Amino acid sequence: MIQPVQDLVASLAYARPELALVAYALIAVLIGAWYGEKAYGLISTFAVLTLIGAGVLAVLDEPRAPVELFQGAMVSDGVAVVAKVLIAFAAAATLWIGADHFGRVNDKRFEFPVLAVLAVLGMFVMVSARDLITLYVGVELQSLALYVLAAWRRDDARSSEAGLKYFVLSALSSGLLLFGASFIYGFTGSVRFDSIAGAVGDTGSIGVVFGLVLVLCALGFKMSAAPFHMWTPDVYEGAPTPMTAFFAAAPKVAAVALMARVLYEPFGEMAHQWQQVVAALAAISIVWGSFAALIQTNLKRLMAYSSIGNMGFALMGLASGQTEGASASLIYLALYLPATIGVFALILAMRRDGQPAENVDDLAGMAQRRPWMAALFTMLLFSIAGVPPFAGFMGKLVVFRAALDGGLAWLAILGAIGAVVAAAYYLRLVAAIWFKPAAAALQPASSAVVITATAAAALTFPVLVIALGMIQTWAETAVRGSL
Amino acid sequence: MSLEGWPILSIVTFLPAAGAIWILLSRSFVRGDNPGFDNGVRLIALIVSIATFIASLLAFAGFDANRDGYQLVEIIPWAFGASYHMGVDSLAISLVLLTTFLTPLCILASWSINKQVASYMVLFLLLETLMIGVFCALDIILFYVFFEGSLIPMFILIGVWGGERRVYAAFKFFLYTLLGSLLMLVAIIVMITLADTTSIPQLQAFAFDPNLQIWLWLAFFASFAVKLPMWPVHTWLPDAHVEAPTAGSVVLAAILLKMGGYGFLRFSLPMFPEASHFFTPFMFSLSVIAIVWASLVAFRQTDMKKLIAYSSVAHMGFVTLGIFSGTMQGVQGAIFQMLSHGVISGALFLCVGVVYDRMHTREIAFYGGLVNRMPVYAAIFLLFTMGNVGLPGTSGFPGEILTMVGAFQVNAWFAAIAATGVILSAVYALTLYRRVAFGQITNPKLRDITDLDAREWVTFAPLVIALLVMGIAPSYVLDFTNASAEAVVNAFAGAAP
Repeated sequence: MIQPVQDLVASLAYARPELALVAYALIAVLIGAWYGEKAYGLISTFAVLTLIGAGVLAVLDEPRAPVELFQGAMVSDGVAVVAKVLIAFAAAATLWIGADHFGRVNDKRFEFPVLAVLAVLGMFVMVSARDLITLYVGVELQSLALYVLAAWRRDDARSSEAGLKYFVLSALSSGLLLFGASFIYGFTGSVRFDSIAGAVGDTGSIGVVFGLVLVLCALGFKMSAAPFHMWTPDVYEGAPTPMTAFFAAAPKVAAVALMARVLYEPFGEMAHQWQQVVAALAAISIVWGSFAALIQTNLKRLMAYSSIGNMGFALMGLASGQTEGASASLIYLALYLPATIGVFALILAMRRDGQPAENVDDLAGMAQRRPWMAALFTMLLFSIAGVPPFAGFMGKLVVFRAALDGGLAWLAILGAIGAVVAAAYYLRLVAAIWFKPAAAALQPASSAVVITATAAAALTFPVLVIALGMIQTWAETAVRGSL
Repeated sequence: MSLEGWPILSIVTFLPAAGAIWILLSRSFVRGDNPGFDNGVRLIALIVSIATFIASLLAFAGFDANRDGYQLVEIIPWAFGASYHMGVDSLAISLVLLTTFLTPLCILASWSINKQVASYMVLFLLLETLMIGVFCALDIILFYVFFEGSLIPMFILIGVWGGERRVYAAFKFFLYTLLGSLLMLVAIIVMITLADTTSIPQLQAFAFDPNLQIWLWLAFFASFAVKLPMWPVHTWLPDAHVEAPTAGSVVLAAILLKMGGYGFLRFSLPMFPEASHFFTPFMFSLSVIAIVWASLVAFRQTDMKKLIAYSSVAHMGFVTLGIFSGTMQGVQGAIFQMLSHGVISGALFLCVGVVYDRMHTREIAFYGGLVNRMPVYAAIFLLFTMGNVGLPGTSGFPGEILTMVGAFQVNAWFAAIAATGVILSAVYALTLYRRVAFGQITNPKLRDITDLDAREWVTFAPLVIALLVMGIAPSYVLDFTNASAEAVVNAFAGAAP
């Protein structure tokens, strides 16, 4: 018999990162309501510090073995910690450059940092969810905060459209999630992952499979895997660029970590049944992400398709159906995040008339006007394209290996071809930066974006490449201990 | 001086990269256009590349050609069971020397570049690091990193400093090569999984299942055939060569193409000997088609660089012919041909660069009668044209004759067809020379063209010496590469059906 009070106290000790985020959000709302725009600098600085602090707390709290929290509703284990650290640092970086940008264009609404932190709280709940209800609560908390962020510029038609589109489609996917969850509950009699695992065994009944597929569709939607990606280009394009940067980083980690947990914990033994579904998601994402990006001229749309393709590569690891595959996916994301954050920092840095670069042609002549930033941009793009010696290549190597180990040779070959096609559009950006004559003069970049971009480039090469062994050990130990 | 305990290969490999960082750091102290700064950058690049050459000579001095296996080995563990594993055999160190020998000459030839000089030199030095790394890497992942990474600086070099259609050429070069390489990457992962090692020497010793070898061989072929290039996947080469800046063409022809030949010798034959036997007729066919067809196409060209580019395709045909003969003469000839082609084609592109710098056109029809105004240039151009034809006494001869001897032992018909390539090469090369150099000057624009200046003299002198030394005393090279060739031939012969 579990003692409710003791359990609560013991659980709260492991939930310190989440508590820090909650405390920040409550206090910041009060301060913001009282002081308004004057407190913008304070609130945004503290948001960044809180996120970093939450990441550090997550590492400090890392348990050696999985610990059940809140009577089994949540869990603190290696995967959750890895995901929380990645989410916290990605969110801190994107929040920093975003808040800096809004400060410069004099849009000092304090809600941005608060909502971003609440979204991160939702992600933390997602990655440590141990039953279907907690999972849903986490997903919804994240999504609600993100809807508002997408519609940030209320007077701008594109931003409002992006917010509305995101809201309607996301609500649909939440409906699918609930529908699928109720199927699983109905056929197994439990919402807890461990009880579900015990009930389904290695072959789920048709009802469980049906429910799982619906849940996978909903999660595919949240991580923008094709064919559930339709919202991504519109939202990326319509939302203000700092929000796009935020969307592009942390939520992806949360969605992939959550999917890893759902697939491996309750349904781990029926891997042969869901493997083809995940492999198909990966394959379609890779193909669609690479081909559709070829014709884009808007930078943010292009980055949207790039993220779809990259989610495909991340799913390749999960599709292998082996625990090594799950750690491969996490390693892939860890290596992908710095590059994508750095790219958005540089897009924010390319400002003309206060607005960041919108189209590929806006990058023209960067090599002549800003040689240093051009070099950073080139490194980051080649990293996302998966060209060695950058970290992105190591990520591709890991997931290709996972796919081949999982018997999915066709997926690895398809991934190789997709990577070539994708390289073509990254090269278009490199070509715009280097080969085209300089366009109109740029405004000076703020130190926040320059520092972020430099740090991101330094991470893609050489820091993460040299430290790859450590990252690999970290991710593999985490996954082996928990899934 | 003893090299015991010195990571000499790492020094040779990363010295150019250190030079690139030096330029980058000095750059941040300079604002705006500054001609003095540009000259300083050129000088830094030259000094660093010469220092690299000297370092590679030290490595050469510490290398014992009579010993089998890999020498000057360095290992530092890294991730996925892979390691930072460097080492050379005589084949690899010859190619390293070729690289470090040609790079200072390329930098000298790039003196006339005035656009974004610092970026150019940084990319060029990074390219040198990556090229040396390809030949020194003894870990298959590390090899791939260098092999693939060399695309990036080359892409930007062609795209920024190239000719009119440079953007098209840069894209074609990059994507063509990338597709081949990624298929190879998939094969590499399969091999690592099966053999449970990433070390090249251990992979060479591992016996892969003959049926699987066929697929692995094809994946590696996709990469190396594009790189070499072989007919029919050579079409990126004329575009890239023609549009690249002079030094870029030199590096492409002299060194980057050799990565393909090196790949066949290091990977395809030793690791998949059964499959290599199976594909020998296929490779022979492609080789002789390349020799004859590329020679005929070269004859029809109106652009000097394009003509030399096609002649490269033909000469690389001899290399694959020699490699897949699997005989001692054939493999030795192929290695020799690779080194000699590095010198000759590099020099020929430099020759085109000399007149291009003065007249800004590569049209053959534009020129004529250059011997009247530029006697020294005409003499040097003649020497390298003869080398290209394969005249005895130049370095072009031993390689061609040995590969044909090697191929003859396996199949006389293929050798006979390949021999026509020697005649055809005389046809196009001498025609080019006659039209550019001989006769009277008819184009009034050429009346004031000047002969080689001091910088160009310095550029060509080492190449002329290399051409003649390798031609007159080929045994220096052949004795040196003997051990490597023997290892390849033994691995291949061991799997004879």
